[in-house]
Amino acid sequence: MKEQLAKIRAEALSAFESVKDAAALDELRVKYLGKKGELTAVLKQMGKLDSQERPAMGQLANEVRAALEDALESASKKMEEAALELKLKSEAVDVTIPGRPVRVGHRHPMYTALDEIKEIFIGMGFTVLDGPEVELAELNFDRLNAEEGHPSRDWSDTFYFDAGERVMLRSQTSPMQVRAMDSMELPIRIIAPGRVYRKDEVDATHSPMFHQVEGMVIDKNVTMADLKGTLNLLAEQLFGAGTVTRFRPHHFPFTEPSCEMDVQCHKCGGAGCPTCKGEGWIELLGAGMIHPRVLEMAGIDPEEWSGWAFGMGLERTAMRRFKISDLRLIFENDARFLEQF
Amino acid sequence: MNLSRKWLNEFVKIDAPDREFAEAMTLSGSKVEGTADLGAEISNVVVGRILSMERHPDSDHMWICRLDVGKNEPLQIVTGAWNIHPGDLVPAALHKSTLPGGRKIERGKLRGVLSDGMMCGLSELGLDERDFPYAVITPAAILGDYKPIDPAKPSISPDIRPGDKIFGPVVAAKVEAVRAGETAGAWTCNISYAEPDGPTGAVLTTNCPNLHEDDLVAYNTKTGTVCTLADLHAEQREFPHCIPDGIFVLHEDCKPGDDIRPVIGLDDHVVEFEITPNRPDCLSVIGLAREAAATFDKPLALHTPEVKGGADGVLTDLLDVETPDADLVPRYTARMVRNVKIAPSPKWMRERLRAMGVRPINNIVDITNYVMLEYGQPMHAFDYRYVNGGKIIVRRAEEGEKLTTLDGKEHTLNANHLVIADEGRAVGLAGIMGGLNSEIVADTADVVFESACFDGTCIRKGALALGMRTEASAKFEKGLDPMNTLPAVNRACELVELLGAGEVVDGVIDILNFVPQPAVLKLEPDKINALLGTNVSGDEMVRILKKLDFGVEGDQVTVPSWRGDVRRMADLAEEVARFHGYNNIPTTLMRGQTTRGGYSADQKVENRLGEVCRACGYSEIITYSFISPSAYDKIGWAPDEPLRESMKILNPLGEDTSIMRTTALPSMLEVLQRNYNYRNRDVRLYELGKVYLPGGADGLAVEPKFLTLGAYGGGMDFFAIKGAVEAVLKAVRAQDVAFYPCGDDPSYHPGRCAGVRAGEQHIGVVGQIHPAVAANYGVDGELYCAELSVEALLAARGADPEYAPLPKYPPITRDIAVVCEEAVTVGALENAIRKGAKGLLKEVTLFDVYRGRNLGEGKKSVAFNLVLRADDRSLTGEEADEDVKSILETLEKDCGAVLR
Repeated sequence: MKEQLAKIRAEALSAFESVKDAAALDELRVKYLGKKGELTAVLKQMGKLDSQERPAMGQLANEVRAALEDALESASKKMEEAALELKLKSEAVDVTIPGRPVRVGHRHPMYTALDEIKEIFIGMGFTVLDGPEVELAELNFDRLNAEEGHPSRDWSDTFYFDAGERVMLRSQTSPMQVRAMDSMELPIRIIAPGRVYRKDEVDATHSPMFHQVEGMVIDKNVTMADLKGTLNLLAEQLFGAGTVTRFRPHHFPFTEPSCEMDVQCHKCGGAGCPTCKGEGWIELLGAGMIHPRVLEMAGIDPEEWSGWAFGMGLERTAMRRFKISDLRLIFENDARFLEQF
Repeated sequence: MNLSRKWLNEFVKIDAPDREFAEAMTLSGSKVEGTADLGAEISNVVVGRILSMERHPDSDHMWICRLDVGKNEPLQIVTGAWNIHPGDLVPAALHKSTLPGGRKIERGKLRGVLSDGMMCGLSELGLDERDFPYAVITPAAILGDYKPIDPAKPSISPDIRPGDKIFGPVVAAKVEAVRAGETAGAWTCNISYAEPDGPTGAVLTTNCPNLHEDDLVAYNTKTGTVCTLADLHAEQREFPHCIPDGIFVLHEDCKPGDDIRPVIGLDDHVVEFEITPNRPDCLSVIGLAREAAATFDKPLALHTPEVKGGADGVLTDLLDVETPDADLVPRYTARMVRNVKIAPSPKWMRERLRAMGVRPINNIVDITNYVMLEYGQPMHAFDYRYVNGGKIIVRRAEEGEKLTTLDGKEHTLNANHLVIADEGRAVGLAGIMGGLNSEIVADTADVVFESACFDGTCIRKGALALGMRTEASAKFEKGLDPMNTLPAVNRACELVELLGAGEVVDGVIDILNFVPQPAVLKLEPDKINALLGTNVSGDEMVRILKKLDFGVEGDQVTVPSWRGDVRRMADLAEEVARFHGYNNIPTTLMRGQTTRGGYSADQKVENRLGEVCRACGYSEIITYSFISPSAYDKIGWAPDEPLRESMKILNPLGEDTSIMRTTALPSMLEVLQRNYNYRNRDVRLYELGKVYLPGGADGLAVEPKFLTLGAYGGGMDFFAIKGAVEAVLKAVRAQDVAFYPCGDDPSYHPGRCAGVRAGEQHIGVVGQIHPAVAANYGVDGELYCAELSVEALLAARGADPEYAPLPKYPPITRDIAVVCEEAVTVGALENAIRKGAKGLLKEVTLFDVYRGRNLGEGKKSVAFNLVLRADDRSLTGEEADEDVKSILETLEKDCGAVLR
């Protein structure tokens, strides 16, 4: 009997090993493990054994059964795996075929640049203001210390709606400084992006309408060092950590001291190249400490309060940010251009 | 403003290379736009002396010259120029040299003869005759060069001989010898001609430089001169080599081998500054020298002009000045020069003028320009003999008064213009340009130098009105220092004496219509440091201010007269900051009270509108706020459409950008048109922009925002754009949204346009652009647009979302198809379905509209999918059928629609 069991075991294991398909496997299962199978047939002979042999033989028989069942299961599993593999193979697709298009629109690159600027300032507690573009010359000029006779008031520079030069298209976002001072509680932290207008013919770097963003802070003990710190942060956020800046004296009627901020040319790293016209620096914005006269005209005591302001052109920032070569592209709105951003 | 560094060095010695100089000046507030080395393009060009000349054996016009160029061996150079002689000093471009314009000179052979370089003419060095007036070449007609226009009929016989008559008193003569004359550009010449009854030769002086031994020339026996081409009435092509061009023969203090650049003044470097309008004092060499001295901490050596004077006459007898419009003439200063000898100015002066970008003219005019550049004080010189009555009146022009200025243009003036006049007429436009009637000319004998200070605004407006912004007016309009007029006029007189250009009359006419009152400010270092965020010592501040010629005594700071821009503490702070260095100010972040900041609720919704449009596939555009008045015609608006009333720009760039848009539709259509013309397919665009309606407060505009969509191609139809509009409305959670047919908007297809409403709020319009309007934009396809008022969208904004429990029980769905009249809208059917439902209907979705002959003429079948569900139990089929039955009854009752 022992020999019988060993034989069944050897035969069956080898058969399970080499089985080819599910039907054959089932046949083998019936043949060896079925109710009328070989193993059962052997076990039926157990009764004939003497009681001393029986436990050992029984154990052996069980071992053989277990081994056969294991083999059956592993063969079955192997077969399933093979079948799945075959199925997956047949289902393979050409992954290089493009995906079904999902159409998503694009933010205009100039507003993307503006969004970045807004986020930076909002993070610092600034409010975003919107204001009129058809503006009083009083707010665009007088209240900003640009007196009667200031060249930017000329009809060759500024668009007017009346011969008395009272109503105009704002030539800068700076009148928003005045509107903020007139309407808001101190301290003030605002940015005011928007359209501005100057009488420039359209070319690769000029447009009669363009965009600026104005920024202003009025508080106690505000210093020029704060202005520098904040604008350096802006430059780093816009052009990457470690962006090198420099501040140059400049002149604006409504700030004193006034400055312009340059960023080191990204192309040449300051050595001088055509992009920066050999200077190594690219002008980014104008800024300064709010002129005490401007504060006074808004009824704010410059002995108690101080502030800083800046104004930057958005088109040029966007053009630098996205390496756009011609300003006209911004207003042309060619879909092929817009879809690049 | 250009600055010659050589000139600058006269006042302050600064050796820094250009780049370093530019950087330092820029950082202290004088922005440098660029620098230029005037001689950068010239290399390896030296002074050469012509040792000998012989005619080229294989050429009828070339010379083989040997030159001393300061080396051991003479150099051989072949030239086609005829204006040189042995002994002349000339610019010699050696082998491997460079010239302006990138020209390279190398050794070569000319008709087989070695030429080891090139002798240069003026233009080859980048110069012209105004730079070196003595280098003008007046060629004589050399008979050997004669080429008859018609070879069959020569005017001069090819075998003409000395003594042969040419015409009248003009005979052929042979040059026997040529020697350099007494003065530069003059030659003494021996000629011989045979004439039976008279002398056979002559010695004459000529300024024709192209004569050489053995040349045959035309000699006028009557005038004793050698004939030029003009004298012979000959054309240039008849004497192709007798040209007013040739080698630049130097009359400078130099020797063979010297680098040519310093000899001709091209060793200077020029720095171009951008001067801000608050610093007119820096529009001068002295002003910039002061800034440079403070920047580099070098001593500034200014010069006080000294005038000897002593010319005949008493100034007050000769000249009287009146300034009736005193407010426009804060100061008028004048001096007189007599016995003027108009001549070219000396080389050093011409070089400096040229370096600063001013063309030399003559000594007197050059002096006025020189002083303007040096002192920043515009000067004018006019001819005294045209000042009738010896009286100068600075007055407003009379209405319609005419004056022709130096540029030859006649102007009609009015009372806004200030003129310099004599008793009878205007002789100049004050502060802008002199009059042609008093111009300095070759025979001018007595000159009045005017050095005045005029009102900036008056000059600016006058110049602007006449469209003639000059160097002088550009300076005046910024407001000049009235204290500068006297030193400037004295400097001009000093230069007259230095140049020997005339004799200065003693005394000065000086009318002061203002009281000089220097501004005195208090120096408060603490306040300055508090503003700047610095810790600069009071002593350092004083040192900086003193370098800039501010007077400091204790804490009292006296502002110099030329610094009208410094009026208060903040201005002093800027001076301190500039020279302490903006980049040495620390960088700190703001302290103080925190502010809340962020977007307002409305701004957030606007941001959301853009996001939804992009999610729907629409890309953002930016268009101009101003449009052409004809745009309203193009979008089909009636002539009496009230929205045509627009803000009108009085001085637009052009008609196309002359009015402020009251609708953004034309802007969108233009962009669609452009994309259509570029053959871009499937275009989807949106703009969130303002329109500008007249009638706002204070005479301003009302500036509401509109969300405009525009699209074509890629299966775009009414329902596609409507889908986008619905998504926008959903984004703001607008309630009670309704689309209703809108057949009367002239911009849209009358059958494919809907008005949009949310409750009572009119939101806007959506539809296909009227084909006629599309055609106006050159588009023959279908364009789709929507115009939604952002204001209305904000007003229609729904409440924030609130969680509704998810359904626990399954729904029952039923499809129904009903047949109705064509005119019954889907909207009406949907309304009937909702009305008929008994509370179990959760969703109704249109899924088919069918028209067919089997339905009958004018009928359609409309199919809906209904979703019915109860929140508290599983529905039975019977319950659902009950609802559907009621729905069908209502459909039939309200819409005449029956189950198909």
